[in-house]
Amino acid sequence: MIPTLSLVPVWTVILALAVFFYVALDGFDLGVGMLYNFAPDRRARDLLMNSIAPIWDGNETWLVLGSLGLLAAFPLAFAIIIPAVYFPILLMLLALIFRGLAFEFRYRDAEHRTFWDHGFAYGSALAAFAQGVVLGAFIQGFHVEGRHFAGGSFDCFTLFSAFTGVALMFGYGLLGACWLVIKTDGALQDWARAFGRRSLIGTVLAIAVVSLWTPFIDAHIAARWFSWPNIAILAPVPLITAGLVCYEWWSLDHGSDYGPFLGALGLFVMSYVGIAISLWPMIVPGHYTLDEAAASESTQAFLLVGTLILLPVILFYTGWSYWVFRGKVRADSGYH
Amino acid sequence: MQLDPVVLSRIQFAWVIGWHILLPAFTVGLASFIAFLEGGYALTKRPVFLDLSQFWLRIFAISFGMGVVTGIVMPFQFGTNWSRFADDAGNVISPLLAYEGLTAFFLEATFLGVLLFGRKLVPPSMHFVAALLVAVGTLSSSFWILATNSWMQTPVGHEIIDGRFFPKDWLEIIFSPSFPYRLAHTVSAFFVTTAFVVLGVGAYTLRRRQSVEHGRVMLRLALWFLAIFVPAQIVIGDLHGLNTLEHQPAKLAAIEGLWDGGSGVAASIIGWPDQTAERNLGEIAIPRLGSLYLTHSWDGAVKGLKDFPADQRPPVAIVYFTFRIMVGIALLMLTVVAAGFVLMARGTLDRTGWYLRLCQLTTCLGFIAVIAGWTTTEVGRQPWTVYGLLRTADSVSPSLAGSDVVLSLALYVAVYLVIYPVGLLAMLRIVWRGPASREASEPIAGGRPMAPIAALSPAAPGAER
Repeated sequence: MIPTLSLVPVWTVILALAVFFYVALDGFDLGVGMLYNFAPDRRARDLLMNSIAPIWDGNETWLVLGSLGLLAAFPLAFAIIIPAVYFPILLMLLALIFRGLAFEFRYRDAEHRTFWDHGFAYGSALAAFAQGVVLGAFIQGFHVEGRHFAGGSFDCFTLFSAFTGVALMFGYGLLGACWLVIKTDGALQDWARAFGRRSLIGTVLAIAVVSLWTPFIDAHIAARWFSWPNIAILAPVPLITAGLVCYEWWSLDHGSDYGPFLGALGLFVMSYVGIAISLWPMIVPGHYTLDEAAASESTQAFLLVGTLILLPVILFYTGWSYWVFRGKVRADSGYH
Repeated sequence: MQLDPVVLSRIQFAWVIGWHILLPAFTVGLASFIAFLEGGYALTKRPVFLDLSQFWLRIFAISFGMGVVTGIVMPFQFGTNWSRFADDAGNVISPLLAYEGLTAFFLEATFLGVLLFGRKLVPPSMHFVAALLVAVGTLSSSFWILATNSWMQTPVGHEIIDGRFFPKDWLEIIFSPSFPYRLAHTVSAFFVTTAFVVLGVGAYTLRRRQSVEHGRVMLRLALWFLAIFVPAQIVIGDLHGLNTLEHQPAKLAAIEGLWDGGSGVAASIIGWPDQTAERNLGEIAIPRLGSLYLTHSWDGAVKGLKDFPADQRPPVAIVYFTFRIMVGIALLMLTVVAAGFVLMARGTLDRTGWYLRLCQLTTCLGFIAVIAGWTTTEVGRQPWTVYGLLRTADSVSPSLAGSDVVLSLALYVAVYLVIYPVGLLAMLRIVWRGPASREASEPIAGGRPMAPIAALSPAAPGAER
């Protein structure tokens, strides 16, 4: 008899990729949104807006894929985690509504332009913060009874989750600044590079604090990282991260247009890997593993067929759409 | 008063989906209309098609953007407020929802960028293909969402283990008994809704006399389209009703306001269904007609509400009235279209002021009908989320307190009450400016062409120069 091949690892990889794509892609455009209020003048603000106008909604659909992927592949995890972060999710959604609509409304509803400008900037910042709170609450774990979240809707707001919220704001700010290094030139690019360095300092502090704080929250996580031989095997993670930080600092000063963005992506990859190492193989930390929370095999198989066909297509035309809008932001590539 | 998280979560879901559905109701049809116009321009090179395509694209951009951001809210509702439903039914419904995200959402969102921003960057044929793919995307969105909804209405193809649903046959699940009817009825409703908007805007453009040709083309395209789709929609709706009679008899009894079943039942025209007294107050009914149109026989047997336990009946009055609103609008639509053709035959269509004003008033008819119809089918499904199998009361997230939902509902209400009026106003401004205007040829201010209305206002960057 042929042993049945479990699809859980496949779905774990797909979901991890979808979440990473969301964080990387919407991360930089939320970051651009946060930098918006700091931009030197109106022309700069318009260029900032234009640098992400054609791609932000494509980026945001990864959030839909990520959430639906979680529901489809690990429905139990979805049913426990999402109600546990009821208010951060609510704030994120409302913030995304405001910043998404600001693209059109800031000039279609020109009398309230300042309102929509603020909606764009603060909406981006609030969405980033709320996602960071979700991340922090997720790392901390939830009060679960049976198959349900049994805590209160405000349990997710802690000092730790507030800190991860701020941490993600710095991270997205870094990504956004690096995106602008690619898309702009001259004085505005210098401004973006300077802003990138400031965000980098915040990001590095945040990564360091979260990395040191997390083992104190959970003894399992401490054991995973600091027991022998793990401490030797996992040593490359902090070392590579430190190397990337140095590269990023140099690159923001002297590097090519694309260097800082790639470096920032590298930092996100390493943070992501770090969190994955801490929590593996749990999807509801402390309660359910990936295998236990997985959907029925039939569900996974049915969705996998289409996903394996469509995901490459989606990646291809996402790439194509970035290719069409490549290069520096041009003054005439706005709407219509 | 005790705050019930179930009732409040239902209100919240109704609120966010009710507003959201207005946008697909418009954009699904509009995407196809734009693809038609782009194709027409690619073939005939008539500038009127290009103008109209660009005009409607501006409106599409706004409604689609609103559709995206309000649509992202939807899947999260299953987690935040309906987590037990997500856990119990997730194995069955989640791939359908995920396929919606995969096949459609991406297609729309990605190619929309090319459609909106790429006219100067890609050749015209690619631009047409982008328009076509956006339209296909919106249709495939409808396919998967309605497949999900239809399974909840008429669940088949699954097995229940420990109270949770597991898939057995995916084709059965996707093509559940109510799905073909629901898909046809809903998509056709979306097309009709859009066509009435085009009709109203065409009439307005024509009345203003500043871009007569654009108005004439819109008016005629809409009327010819509606002449086919309004009657077809009424037939499809009737078939959908017969399907409901077969698979959701309690819902149908509520639609009919029929308390006592039997053979040769009357057709209730209007009255006030009283849920506790189990009868209709002040009712006007036509004997035996109900059996005739439901079973196509004067003596056909139909089940009444009293054939179902009281705790398995939907809220009758809501279903009863929303259905009548929908049907009333359908008849009104038919009249408007027929009158249009009479005037067209007389050759006075473009000069008949009262008719053009009437067309303007009918712009919103489709939206009201869609909301009314959606309410009929969704409230008619109560008290179940998965019809006959999973109760709404057992679907809500167990951790929610009533006060949590009051807070979230209040925030959703506040935000939607800001964004919808602003969005509507933004679209109206584009209409007021008319299709003859070319925003893209305006001088570029601040890195993007400004809408002229913005350029006129003191706060706009154009004014700084």
